[in-house]
Amino acid sequence: MKWNKRKLIDRIMSFLTAACVVIAIIPLLSILYTVTLNGISAINIDFLTQLPKPVGEAGGGLGNAIQGTFIVVGIACLIGLPVGILSGVYLSEYGENKFGRMVSFVADVLTGTPSIVAGIFGYTFIVLYFGFSAIAGGVAISVLMIPIVARTTEESLKLVPGSLREASLALGIPRWKTILHIVLSTAMSGIITGALLAIARVSGETAPLLLTAFGNPFWAVGIDKPISTLPAQIFTYAISPFPDWHTKAWGGALILIILILILNIGVRLITRRKYRV
Amino acid sequence: MDRPKLSFFRMSKLSGDFIFKGVVGLFALGIIVLAFLLFREPFIESQLSRNAFGFGFLTGSTWDPVNEVFGALPFIFGTLVSSFLALLIAVPFSLGIAIFLSELAPEKLRTPLSFIIELLAAVPSVIIGLWGIFILAPFLRDYLAPPLSTYLGFLPLFQGPMYGLSMLTGSVILAIMVIPITSSVSREVIMTVPTQQREAALALGATGWETTRIAVLPYARSGIFGAVILGFGRAVGETMAVTMVIGNSSHISASLFSPSDTMASVIANQFLETAGSKLYISSLIEVGFLLLVVSVIINIGARILVWKFLKVERGAA
Repeated sequence: MKWNKRKLIDRIMSFLTAACVVIAIIPLLSILYTVTLNGISAINIDFLTQLPKPVGEAGGGLGNAIQGTFIVVGIACLIGLPVGILSGVYLSEYGENKFGRMVSFVADVLTGTPSIVAGIFGYTFIVLYFGFSAIAGGVAISVLMIPIVARTTEESLKLVPGSLREASLALGIPRWKTILHIVLSTAMSGIITGALLAIARVSGETAPLLLTAFGNPFWAVGIDKPISTLPAQIFTYAISPFPDWHTKAWGGALILIILILILNIGVRLITRRKYRV
Repeated sequence: MDRPKLSFFRMSKLSGDFIFKGVVGLFALGIIVLAFLLFREPFIESQLSRNAFGFGFLTGSTWDPVNEVFGALPFIFGTLVSSFLALLIAVPFSLGIAIFLSELAPEKLRTPLSFIIELLAAVPSVIIGLWGIFILAPFLRDYLAPPLSTYLGFLPLFQGPMYGLSMLTGSVILAIMVIPITSSVSREVIMTVPTQQREAALALGATGWETTRIAVLPYARSGIFGAVILGFGRAVGETMAVTMVIGNSSHISASLFSPSDTMASVIANQFLETAGSKLYISSLIEVGFLLLVVSVIINIGARILVWKFLKVERGAA
């Protein structure tokens, strides 16, 4: 075979760029492997249902942190989903003007808000007046959620063909009913996908919660009180000097990663199947 | 007899539209209000610190909570160094990934591989930090730091002992977290390069790589630059993983082996340890305010670059 320098370079570059992909995947595999390996030994029924025990006492679990995560993320959804989805509706259906483009741009920029800044916002906006609480945590997290939901809603509504809208309008159905009954229901799967991905994204947020939800070694007593959350508890355990707590950090990480990966992979499988048909 | 009924019907139709548009418009306005509050609240709460230190806050290198002297320079330094170093590591990889997944890889592999790369972005920061403490930091301490200090130890960058938690570890963690966003945006940008560009090069007999190099990359340059800046924004704002592995020290050191702190990590690490000192809290909030301003500027720049590129390409297609 004729030796060809150009073909050789082509092969080398293909190989090098493929190597980049392989190397970039190594950390992910290592994370999944170590979290599973170290976490699995920590997990049992007690771990999922008991309160944490003080240092030195064996046993105990993260039951309250799991409960707290659901409460805080639930509050964030109550605020973030309506605001995000409805502003997404505005951006897609009425947003072809200066104001719409400005909102769209601001939402885009807000998706890059550092999570700790959301925490400071929650602290200065709520904690200073009402104290550390589940609500403050939910508000801080919804700040990160709103721009994502708004943009994904806008994107999926824009995918709805204009002919559907026109057909509805031609039948004399007012625009708002067209949007509510035709456009939204057509784009529903896209909107739900975006919302679930946003929930997955914020469920693991830690920094905002450190400054707002504070933590609590007991079961949640009310949404106006400090509350324990899974990510914050993992952080506390991880930076502690106690091996037993490190094991618990891995256990918590395994639970959290399973929740988030199920949301992510599940959503993508569903949407992929949809596009293929 | 029909007339009043009809006009009432028309009116209700009109007002239904009007009300609906008003309601969703109000929520859209809410996003602007949110952005405004995001700036306003920290700005007000940092007044104490701004009054006490003025612009000296940006240049002061002493962070001494005991004597209540606060200067943010060590953290600005830490953020800049760790983010630049992270980009230095992440950009070649991200470009390689983007090129492979959009130009050189077999069609069948492209979608699953990009999905796996993007999955890394879904892993919570605190879990990456946990992995960083117990896996990455010891690995770098045992396998990367010794050769660096043996062969490049004459540079101030690689002097002193390396205990694991350090600026170097923080930068590597950041690089890992930057790669998914930079590579996926670059890939998106590269994929919008018109097919004629490629066909022209291929028709001249160029190989796959040559096509990428002479026809695709120059064309996508500004968009890729935007993707890199977007990654920079991510690195600057990243909090938990960095807090957990950077070592937390408010001293400026030339060596990458020494512990350090970024603007985000100092807030996460010290916010609950202020023991009620108003000036201390106010200074941390000012650090947060600065971080917000910096990352918003970076993000606006990046979005404009990427947006312009994608808009022109999609508009043309």
